Amino acid sequence: MSRGRAADRLLALAVWVSVLAVAAVFFWILGSLLWSGMGRVTWAFLTTAPRDAGRAGGIGPILVSTLLILGVCMAVSLPLGLGAAVLLSEFAEAGSLFGRAVRRSLDVLAGVPSIVFGLFGTALFCQALGLGYSIFAGGLTLACMVLPILIRATEEGFRSAPSEYRRAAAALGMSRASALWHVLLPAAAPGLLVGLVLGMGRALAETAALLFTSGYVDRMPESLLDSARALSIHIYDLSMNVTGGDPNACATAVVLVALLLAVNGLAAWMTGRWLSRRVLPA
Amino acid sequence: MSPSSKDRLLVWVLRACAGLSGAIVLLIAVFLVLESLPALRNVGFARFFSDPSWHPARYAADGAYNLAPMLAGTLLAMAGAVALATPLGFCAALFCHFYAPPGLARACRRLIELLAGIPSVVYGFWGLVTLVPLLNKVQPPGASLLAGILILALMILPTIALMADGALANVPAEYLRGAAALGLSRSATIVGVVFPAAKSGLFTGVILETGRAAGETMALLMVCGNVVQVPKSLFDPMRTLTANIALEMGYALGDHRSALFVSGLVLLALIVALAAAAEWLSKGRVYE
Repeated sequence: MSRGRAADRLLALAVWVSVLAVAAVFFWILGSLLWSGMGRVTWAFLTTAPRDAGRAGGIGPILVSTLLILGVCMAVSLPLGLGAAVLLSEFAEAGSLFGRAVRRSLDVLAGVPSIVFGLFGTALFCQALGLGYSIFAGGLTLACMVLPILIRATEEGFRSAPSEYRRAAAALGMSRASALWHVLLPAAAPGLLVGLVLGMGRALAETAALLFTSGYVDRMPESLLDSARALSIHIYDLSMNVTGGDPNACATAVVLVALLLAVNGLAAWMTGRWLSRRVLPA
Repeated sequence: MSPSSKDRLLVWVLRACAGLSGAIVLLIAVFLVLESLPALRNVGFARFFSDPSWHPARYAADGAYNLAPMLAGTLLAMAGAVALATPLGFCAALFCHFYAPPGLARACRRLIELLAGIPSVVYGFWGLVTLVPLLNKVQPPGASLLAGILILALMILPTIALMADGALANVPAEYLRGAAALGLSRSATIVGVVFPAAKSGLFTGVILETGRAAGETMALLMVCGNVVQVPKSLFDPMRTLTANIALEMGYALGDHRSALFVSGLVLLALIVALAAAAEWLSKGRVYE
């Protein structure tokens, strides 16, 4: 009995100590970032162009480039992902070979390292399709990357639409296309939105896949075929390649983390609302 | 257009979307292989392991192409990080399930989710400005295998904890009630009942995170020092396969560039093998 109690104490001690240590380290990381970066994040920092290789000035053009890359990524992955999710959840017979093959390959895609996406993007989009280092190439590379997340969440949304909806639509003689458009899509919209937001989070956080697809140029982009620098690349470049760039890198990191927190918080809030609605009789 | 032909059109459009999404993995494999072919032909597979060093050149005959030190770097950082993060992640999950009061457990899960969303470049930046100078005081140069292991462990810990949390939540409540009815102590319940029941879920999570650790680029690029060598101690700088691609892709030409695609191919093979292992393990569930 006393041996059991000693083991109990030991395990409890190990769990508490490791959790406290880990929490302390993470608060240290977040705290030190906020402490040294927060003071520099001003309206001027967010809107002016970087000067002196980024040591001075702000991140205005970089924010714009990030949003453009994100826009291209979402504009391409959203229709493609939506179509794939509709097929997988509504039209692929359970256990059909095609459906299973697509699912399996999306699972593998979700695990592919981002640097490999970068290699692929540079070979296909920059060279084979002749886009060069550009916002387009970066956005398309990210679109490939976020597809698995987007498709999984959207499928979840369609799966949660009650099957009575489908039967009622069929009984009314609606075509499957109009049933999809008028009945199922509105019912599945929350899942689609969650997928969209999660995908945006993944795309915002990405660095390695953009290194040699969208490039380093820190000027304000004039077209989607211009090379442009994303926030994450800016942090990397300032801290590794520019001596004296650390303070602005830190401020940029604060901006990036704040954006990601907002995006992930939005996703969590939407999932929560959606789940609480689903508890009601369907 | 009659409704049925509209439906048929819709199905074909959807099939095209799904087919294209599913084909991306194949496209990636095809492009990596195509771009690797020149190096595989001119350098040959054996030289990637037998050459005296990594001094790549545009033409295979002028260069040396030993990838082994970087492969070793990737594997060492991966193994160290997984060995460090797995027990800590499991502890965090146990904490949320069995030790923390409900409010604290919820806060803990929120914190873990938040940390899982922090980008790798931010972890790398923190490592570069805080951790590396600290290690430098202990044993120069600071940028080292150890710094890489620590940062990588921090990065994969939240996801390991979240997956372990999910696996623990799947343990049937009857098992816990049965253990309580038998008068088992808490540690005996955890070690003897909970872990065996959640085994496959826990393993799957760890294997998936091993894959992520192997493929991580930015954080390791920023804290490992990037010297091409097999580290002799934890404090030696080293370079991983991923960091090598990120560093040299910008200016590589000819066979050098192609050799970088070979290392990408090696990474992809490693990840696919790990994913297959995870799949195989998750089939052998003990409960259900």
